[in-house]
Amino acid sequence: MSFFEILEKNGWYFFTTLLSGWPATLMVAAGALVFALVFGLIIALMRISTWKLVRWPSTAYVEFFRGTPALVQLFVIYFGFPDWGYQPTPIQAAVIGLGMNGAAYISEIYRAGIESIHRGQTEAALSLGMTPASAMQHIILPQAIRTMLPPMTNFAIVLLKDTAIVFAVGVLEVMALARQLVTETLTSAPIYLMAGAMYLCVTIPMARIAARLERQRQAWH
Amino acid sequence: MSKAGSGAAAGQPLLKIQDLHKRFGLLEVLQGVDLDVARGEKVSIIGPSGSGKTTLLRCINYLEKPSAGHIYIDGTLIGEKKVGDRYVHLTDRELARERQEIGFVFQRFNLFPHLTALGNVTVAPIRVLGLSREVAELRGREMLQKVGLGHKADEYPERLSGGQQQRVAIARVLAMQPKLMLFDEATSALDPELIGEVLRVMRQLADEGATMVIVTHEIQFAGDVSDRVIFMDQGRIVEQGPPRDVLGRPSEARTREFLKHIQDR
Ligand SMILES: Nc1ncnc2c1ncn2[C@@H]1O[C@H](COP(=O)(O)OP(=O)(O)OP(=O)(O)O)[C@@H](O)[C@H]1O
Ligand SMILES: [Mg+2]
Repeated sequence: MSFFEILEKNGWYFFTTLLSGWPATLMVAAGALVFALVFGLIIALMRISTWKLVRWPSTAYVEFFRGTPALVQLFVIYFGFPDWGYQPTPIQAAVIGLGMNGAAYISEIYRAGIESIHRGQTEAALSLGMTPASAMQHIILPQAIRTMLPPMTNFAIVLLKDTAIVFAVGVLEVMALARQLVTETLTSAPIYLMAGAMYLCVTIPMARIAARLERQRQAWH
Repeated sequence: MSKAGSGAAAGQPLLKIQDLHKRFGLLEVLQGVDLDVARGEKVSIIGPSGSGKTTLLRCINYLEKPSAGHIYIDGTLIGEKKVGDRYVHLTDRELARERQEIGFVFQRFNLFPHLTALGNVTVAPIRVLGLSREVAELRGREMLQKVGLGHKADEYPERLSGGQQQRVAIARVLAMQPKLMLFDEATSALDPELIGEVLRVMRQLADEGATMVIVTHEIQFAGDVSDRVIFMDQGRIVEQGPPRDVLGRPSEARTREFLKHIQDR
């Protein structure tokens, strides 16, 4: 059978099956994004601390998670955590794994954003009697957000695509269902291409948003 | 606030600096500065570039940590406290509390670009003093009015001229009702035609009895407004006294040389 004959015959079945993987894909991506946003901020604040003892673990964290494959990290969480008394569900393992991995990357985005704000801003805030923490919250971060939004959006795109590895710990997301379909129907190209096209439908609009944010970054109002 | 040694009655200086030293690596920028400023006094500091004027001001509100020496506001140590016979650093919160009393006007304004003029003037009263938004805005508008910018309350800094920005920065300091105001070359980042409007505001504050330490290159202004002029060179106070003495007939050769140099420009 030709490519098109296969699509004509089974296309709708492929489509609905793959579509049923999207809730899991989106849940993992969103969960990991929130995890990475919160945890990444903590890591970033630790990394710019003046205390060596606080800085050191955060630097080690970033080095470790950027220097090892995400798949290895996932396996440690899914297959390793039970040894320490916690058996995560596949979705939990995926969210924690991609979230911790993402935190390492996102902390660098936070850090670059914070460091892009002129030192005089902090000094002005401190001289008015704000604590360093309050200056960070009310003066520095609201400004840094503008610098950070475009790379954050790009990061979200990467994260969405990276969910395609979490089938390895048993999450029934788009890629897992694609593989099941391939085994079931013994066709591969049409199925993987369709899965790819589905990812594109989400990532292209996100990339356009990132580009727009980048353009808007110049002026304040 | 400053319970211990509250000097209001005792006639003690509002600001007292004792043997202040500051080193950056091997460079000793302040080499033992002693200075008392009385309540309501206006002190101008002049001196050549690199003489340590900015560093001195920054040490007063502890943006720069002194290498040695002590600073007191109203008898309260700044940036440190005495435990037994040792000096220990204040916590962030304690230090912030002390800084509320010291206003700092920067050469480059340092307005917060994400906030309107009114937002700039109210953020510290709200976040630091805990005022309600309504009360803070009432006070904020009053301060903007005072610097002649009541009509610019809702404008963002990037839409204001340099002179207007600096006046907002002054209003921002005033809204915290500080005991002491420090001005670090408040007009030297401004185009010449904008200097006057900022100096007028500063003069008005002086007339109202504020305690001010003013680093400036505006010799004429320093002469008009100050009770005392200090000439600094190479990290030391070389000469000080009433303006007519220090600016009119300086006793030190270095002061004469500096004044001549300034006039020649
Ligand atoms: N953070 C720093 N690190 C190293 N050196 C510094 C630092 N800040 C100031 N200095 C040096 O200290 C000296 C005094 O600087 P300061 O800014 O106090 O001088 P100033 O009297 O304010 O000069 P100007 O009139 O140019 O503003 C200069 O030689 C300067 O290069
Ligand atoms: Mg200076």
